[in-house]
Amino acid sequence: MSALTIPINELPGAWRLPGRGKVAMTGLIIAESSIFTIFVVAYLFYMGKSLSGPTPREILEAPIFYTICLLSSSITVHLAGMFLERGKQAAFLGSWILTFVLGGLFMFGTAQEWHRMIYEKDFTIATNLFGTTYYSLVGLHAFHVTVGLVMLAIVAAFALAGRVGREQTGRVEVLSMYWHFVDAVWVVVFTVVYIIGR
Amino acid sequence: MSTNAIAIDGLPAAERQWTETLHEWVTTVDHKKLGIMYIVYALFFLVVAGTEAMIIRIQLMHAHNNFVSPKVFNRMFTMHGSTMIFFVAIPVLFGFANYLVPLMIGARDMAFPRLNAFSFWLTALGGFLLYFSFVGANGLYGAGNAPDVGWWAYAPLASKAFSPGHSSDYWTISILVAGFGTIGASINIIATVLSMRCPGMTLGRMPLLVWLNVVMSGMVLIAVTPLSAAQIMLLVDRYLGGHFFDTQAGGSATLWMHFFWIFGHPEVYILILPSFAFISEIVPVFSRKPIFGYPVMVAATLFIAFVSMSVWAHHMFSIGMSSYANSFFTITSMCVGIPTGIKIFNWLGTMWGGRIQFKVPMLFSIAFLFQFLIAGLTGIMLASSPFDWQLTLSYFVVAHFHYVIVGGILFALFAAFYYWYPKFTGRMLSETLGKWHFWLFVIGFHMTFDVMHIPGLLGMPRRIYTYEPDRGWDTLNLIVTIGAVIQAIAILIFVWNLIVSYFKGAKAGNDPWDAWTLEWSVSSPPPDYNFAAVPVVASRRPLWDLKHPEDPDSRYD
Amino acid sequence: MRRTIQIGGLLLWRVAAAVAAQAASAPVSSTNIFAPASTPARTIFGLSMFVLAVTALIFVVVGGLLAYSVMRFGSKAADANREPAQVYGSTQIELAWTVIPVLIVVVLFLATARVIHAIEDAPKPTEALDVTVIGHQYWWEFRYPKLGIVTANELHIPVSDPAHPTPTFLKLLSADTDHSFWVPELGGKTDLIPNRVNQMWMDPARPGMYRGQCAQYCGVQHAKMLLRVYVERPADFDAWVHAQQQTAVQDATVAEGRRVFETTSCINCHAVNGTAATGRFGPDLTHLMSRGTLAAGAAANTHDQLRLWIENPDAIKPGSLMPAMQLPVEERDALVAYLETLR
Repeated sequence: MSALTIPINELPGAWRLPGRGKVAMTGLIIAESSIFTIFVVAYLFYMGKSLSGPTPREILEAPIFYTICLLSSSITVHLAGMFLERGKQAAFLGSWILTFVLGGLFMFGTAQEWHRMIYEKDFTIATNLFGTTYYSLVGLHAFHVTVGLVMLAIVAAFALAGRVGREQTGRVEVLSMYWHFVDAVWVVVFTVVYIIGR
Repeated sequence: MSTNAIAIDGLPAAERQWTETLHEWVTTVDHKKLGIMYIVYALFFLVVAGTEAMIIRIQLMHAHNNFVSPKVFNRMFTMHGSTMIFFVAIPVLFGFANYLVPLMIGARDMAFPRLNAFSFWLTALGGFLLYFSFVGANGLYGAGNAPDVGWWAYAPLASKAFSPGHSSDYWTISILVAGFGTIGASINIIATVLSMRCPGMTLGRMPLLVWLNVVMSGMVLIAVTPLSAAQIMLLVDRYLGGHFFDTQAGGSATLWMHFFWIFGHPEVYILILPSFAFISEIVPVFSRKPIFGYPVMVAATLFIAFVSMSVWAHHMFSIGMSSYANSFFTITSMCVGIPTGIKIFNWLGTMWGGRIQFKVPMLFSIAFLFQFLIAGLTGIMLASSPFDWQLTLSYFVVAHFHYVIVGGILFALFAAFYYWYPKFTGRMLSETLGKWHFWLFVIGFHMTFDVMHIPGLLGMPRRIYTYEPDRGWDTLNLIVTIGAVIQAIAILIFVWNLIVSYFKGAKAGNDPWDAWTLEWSVSSPPPDYNFAAVPVVASRRPLWDLKHPEDPDSRYD
Repeated sequence: MRRTIQIGGLLLWRVAAAVAAQAASAPVSSTNIFAPASTPARTIFGLSMFVLAVTALIFVVVGGLLAYSVMRFGSKAADANREPAQVYGSTQIELAWTVIPVLIVVVLFLATARVIHAIEDAPKPTEALDVTVIGHQYWWEFRYPKLGIVTANELHIPVSDPAHPTPTFLKLLSADTDHSFWVPELGGKTDLIPNRVNQMWMDPARPGMYRGQCAQYCGVQHAKMLLRVYVERPADFDAWVHAQQQTAVQDATVAEGRRVFETTSCINCHAVNGTAATGRFGPDLTHLMSRGTLAAGAAANTHDQLRLWIENPDAIKPGSLMPAMQLPVEERDALVAYLETLR
């Protein structure tokens, strides 16, 4: 006899607790928000403080089209979740892959912009305070988009192998939360860099 | 009330190879084993960092001493601080949390066992990296070795210009990696507590240890990432030519300070909350009364968590902020002392009218209460900005924070060790050795850290490898060093107790202390699956209800 | 058990008191924060006494209650099978012990805020002396912009008569990493941070020599970045100023040493007014012999120490940025002879 007997009292009504995946992803999002906040604070603090080198106005071109791509991908990922919940596998897969494509376009846009800035304007992370804070902040975000794209691709691979069905809705939703977060961060970064910072 | 007893006998242990055991531990995802691994890891580094402290104290024994060179001394205090915070305090507290939280909420493991293991191994890797610096840090300039920039690594001292070689990189990367481990562990704790409580255990019925660890984990999410961010920025400066903290390019040295202390201050509350957790579980059991004012204890914890995010610049009172900024951080720092003080009163209220049993866990807890009171009061002195202009960066501050960390956190940890070791191992720790440990450590602690305040008042700054003989600091430093030696002996007795009792200690049984939370309802050590049947609870003290069916807590809940 | 704790506690207290008494009667420490000699230090002292009194009172009350509860509520053998009354809390008591700390904090804060403003926002009188302090690894540069003086490590300021105050206002800058200016008897510490201008002031009323040192870890020789502040009566201070304003002594007998100085890399780092040396990386040497110490207090300013400093600085201050000059013996001795004329 290895344990004290615990009498089973009247079971409390319906004992419902939040899903652990959602709780964990919320926790991760809180931590990531904190890290982005620090980079945003550094960006704002150093606005206008560069001693030399190009200013935002001279360098930046607001990536409107690619922003629309990224923000639309939030809609498509949300739709994908809805389709999966209703068991519509094909629609799910289509929306999911569209999400990936839109995210990929955003990354392509970032890469194009950086290529222009580095090779045409000679503007790098080491150029001045603006360069350091700009590449760090946008780069940190781009890194998170990349991680998201990798996760999306993994799920897409599983889906193509027929392993993602209605039962996986919860997990897909958790990943969607991450993707929505990445988009929300872009709204903040875009506002700070391309609107306030100019 | 129906009883549902399930007898599950342990399987007989087959003859096992040591390689099998090693494999089991290295690949485990069981929260109990991971908890023990965290704790053992921390104990190892406690001895290492303690040795570094002894080196510091021997060097400072008298003026113009030559025990170690200035460079070595500077590495010692950097490594001592970094090791103690990141590779002793955090792992040991997360180790206890890992072991106890699932048991206390009636769960069979953490929410994410594999994330649990991953987080542990990340932290372990961090510790290894930091110490690899002793051999691996010689960079292009031959100027590397263990980091020597202080555990805050202030800019621009930690920049490439003033720290060539790789020592600062080892500091940065090891703690960055360990930080991610800590964040993973915190996410796990929050998910476990919110999603895996047994039926009947509402948030208002969780043991205070669980509450305090959840709030602590929430703080980790918000406070550890600023350090990670700052360290990434430092790496950008050191390797990509960035200018975050490059004052020559218009960068700001104070920005690093702000980012560091936005992490650094909540960090110390992250360390103290689990210590409060231990006291809040132990004092009631050994006073034979429930905790006085449970709701207020929870509220005070939340208040501390929030307010502690707003006090960070009291570490920066000397940097020349405006009088308004200094006043702001003075008032917030004093305010955070209020809920902390309230907790002391509640523990006092728990003891009041009780029948106190002076077993070793309670001895350490009582010492904690006195010492934490004093530490809090010296904290109030430091919160007063002008007074701080004299006290900061001196040995007064060193004495204050060691009073909190050793006199507070370490004492609470000792109490926790003596209290829960029987549960982890099935054996009681020796009371005799425990009392030797306690009294020697109390004497050594007070000899060192009471006296240490005085050189600070007499003008002795921190982080100096030696001092002038005409300052009047010699005798005081000598006494501080002697106290350190006594503490070291006490720790050795403690480690001896841990080892000897494992083999020869009295069998503990399920519930050697007659306690009231769920972990005492299972065997010692618990079976792998914790609970044969998931418990259902109706109050904060389910075992009290069982033992006192005539007057259960559930009647008053 | 109880007795043991009581006796143990009493013993500890006795030891602590003895130590404190010993420390108080120990060789005079001229860096005692409780021996203020200037208004900022005095104001802080007053506040600190008030804070100490309040915290001491809290300690006595709360500590007393804790001690009482430990002594009074120990379990006795007779209690073996009885549990005490299971009290969950008391709203009134908890309210009381919330309100009282809040009031204490309000009082402490108001007292503190007053002192913060008194020190930080003190108006600067027109008679104030301006000194610019520049922190270096591991020495202090002092410039008196209106007097045309540049010196190092030993600060000379005039005594300030409370009736007609002539405080000294320090502007604090740094040439490399963070430092902190701390002379405990003259005031609290303020940091010197690169790319930032800080300010502090002092108005010592008693002449004398006040000691301090750098308080913010700045690198390997942080411990040896010592400070001396000479507070002088007006006549003495004026004499010092006058002497410092002169260009360097030109003594023909040490021409060889001066040649060595001006043709070796000395002049890359050091300046001597009236010669070809205009380096600013190291201390100004124009009036080197007017200082009591070398290397920011790491060595006395004697013939042997000066020779050693030039030959092997690491023997005095390992890790300082002064290189070993690798001079042949005759050149080194000539150089030392030259430097010793720079009064």
